[in-house]
Amino acid sequence: MKKVLFRPSKLKNFLLLFSIFFVLGLNAQEEAAEESGPKVIEAVPDADPAKGKELFNSLCAACHKPYKKAVGPALHGVSERRDLDWIQRWTVNSRELIDSGDSQAVAIYEEYNKQAMPAFPQLSKEDVNDIVAYVEQPKPEPKTSKKDDVEGAVAAGGGGASTEVILGILAFVFLMLLVVLVLVNKTLRRFAEANNVELYKKKEKSKPIWVAFAENQFLVLVSVVVVLLMLAYGGYGYLMLVGVDQGYEPVQPIHYSHKIHAGENEIECKYCHSSARKSKHSGIPSLNVCMNCHKQIAEVSEETGNEEYSKEFYDNEIQKLYDATGWDPDSQSYTGETKPVKWVRIHNLPDFAYFNHAQHVTVGQIECQTCHGPVEEMEVMYQHSSLTMGWCINCHRETNVRMDDNPYYEKIHEELSKKYGVDQLTAAEMGGLECGKCHY
Amino acid sequence: MKRYSSLIYVLMFSFILTSCFDKSKPNFQYFPDMYEPISYETYGEYSIFQDGQQALEPVAESISRGWLPYDYEDSAEGYDLAKAELKNPLPYTEENYNKGEEMYAIYCATCHGDKGNGKGYLVEREKILGVPSYDDVGRAITEGSVYHVMYHGINTMGSYASQMSNEELWQLTHYVMTLKDLLEDKEQKEFVEDVENPVVR
Repeated sequence: MKKVLFRPSKLKNFLLLFSIFFVLGLNAQEEAAEESGPKVIEAVPDADPAKGKELFNSLCAACHKPYKKAVGPALHGVSERRDLDWIQRWTVNSRELIDSGDSQAVAIYEEYNKQAMPAFPQLSKEDVNDIVAYVEQPKPEPKTSKKDDVEGAVAAGGGGASTEVILGILAFVFLMLLVVLVLVNKTLRRFAEANNVELYKKKEKSKPIWVAFAENQFLVLVSVVVVLLMLAYGGYGYLMLVGVDQGYEPVQPIHYSHKIHAGENEIECKYCHSSARKSKHSGIPSLNVCMNCHKQIAEVSEETGNEEYSKEFYDNEIQKLYDATGWDPDSQSYTGETKPVKWVRIHNLPDFAYFNHAQHVTVGQIECQTCHGPVEEMEVMYQHSSLTMGWCINCHRETNVRMDDNPYYEKIHEELSKKYGVDQLTAAEMGGLECGKCHY
Repeated sequence: MKRYSSLIYVLMFSFILTSCFDKSKPNFQYFPDMYEPISYETYGEYSIFQDGQQALEPVAESISRGWLPYDYEDSAEGYDLAKAELKNPLPYTEENYNKGEEMYAIYCATCHGDKGNGKGYLVEREKILGVPSYDDVGRAITEGSVYHVMYHGINTMGSYASQMSNEELWQLTHYVMTLKDLLEDKEQKEFVEDVENPVVR
């Protein structure tokens, strides 16, 4: 009676492999074509764009993007707008330049609401030149045009739609086979008839088997008992699942992938679910927590998109977050128009059972995965454990209470271990089986 | 045709059985009277609330439990003022330091790196860029500026006041300033004894 979660078929795996090789092969061709090295920038001919990239990523990228406005302006084309000497002076100490009354400096200071750029006295003139060389590199052509078409076609071929097509073809082939068989059978029969071959021996009319069965009362009794027992077993198992939502996997308003966040990017569970540390609820993070990172991450990288969910799909989901928070990525500001995201709750204990996250997460130091399963591998979140009372009790019987480094419980631990004559107390021995602990 | 009929029945029966399991819907409940809460639940949708939403922001000008009024504005002037005069109310005890380290591992290290040099895992993967090192000379962070930035956020970094308590923010400030000292090749400060309870709860 256990629900088995969906696993992709072998056919799907094969198609996946096939499409990966296909795309890889295409990439290799493209890379070969693009081998031409970084361009030399006219304004700063001797500068090293590679070194500039490193400096840019560590110092400037908090506020600047090369080709897009962020907190500060886009830097591509800056060497055409300003002369190099000005850029160097501004970068090292913008405040000085503004105070000296430089018209360009004052203008940009006013334009960005008098938010001054921090000083970077550690940068030499050469460093600034390197950075300029990096940001002045022409914008890399999005590799989408050709690859995307192919990928789209392959995705259509490897994804849900194509499996259906292939199944359809298979079904058709089987149908044809069936028709052919019937036809062959018919022709052979006709031959047989024509040659007077007796196809079936005339059987003696014997008792039908079910009549024989019905006449044997003992057999009937035994089989009725067996059937009743089986029905009872199945029915009991089925009824015990009533109210148990193991495997529950609702469709959420925003496709949030725990696999990408907690798995690939190794973000702490408690970063978002911070209230699990100190309250009853583990808490769905409010959207400002999402925006801590997604202010800067407006689209996923090329590698994040996969056969099942494309890059465009994920980018669209981030756009949903922007719609809900009212964030305008172009002006880099909030419009103030917000709307709630109605997440669907998955783990839900009945109202008569009390459960406290802080008690388990902070005091007990129990890993989130103990109850919630391999969340870091879940593309779509589902309920891993049954959350039945038997499941709770079982864990309380087996889990030892952490006694060290907890002065609050020191005395009771000591007394109880004396009473039970053990070194390690389980949660059950601490009173974790008492009804009133969870039901009151 | 008759001998196939039983097979068809079995197939139909199993189809009906399996079609009951729709994993995007919760299972049946038996007499769910005590399952459903009568009181307003966290994140619930109730018509008496504004926009029908239970999860609301605190009333303007109200101070949450454990917090103190914070008068430094979210602006360049507020930042400068906090940087110059705001001091950590918690003593530099080992306990506060350890708690700060724990918070740092959860909330900061993923971008700022374990050592505070701005090379966290997300930066290495080039997901988030431009994370400065704590010993950045241009910024020259102080206790006050660290707290101010965590409280209000700055540039692309958001506010962390919703994820940590006031006390935890100050404990974290101790840890960040220690990382800064270590990056600047200074000795770590000596721990002091906790004089009574910390000022801020």
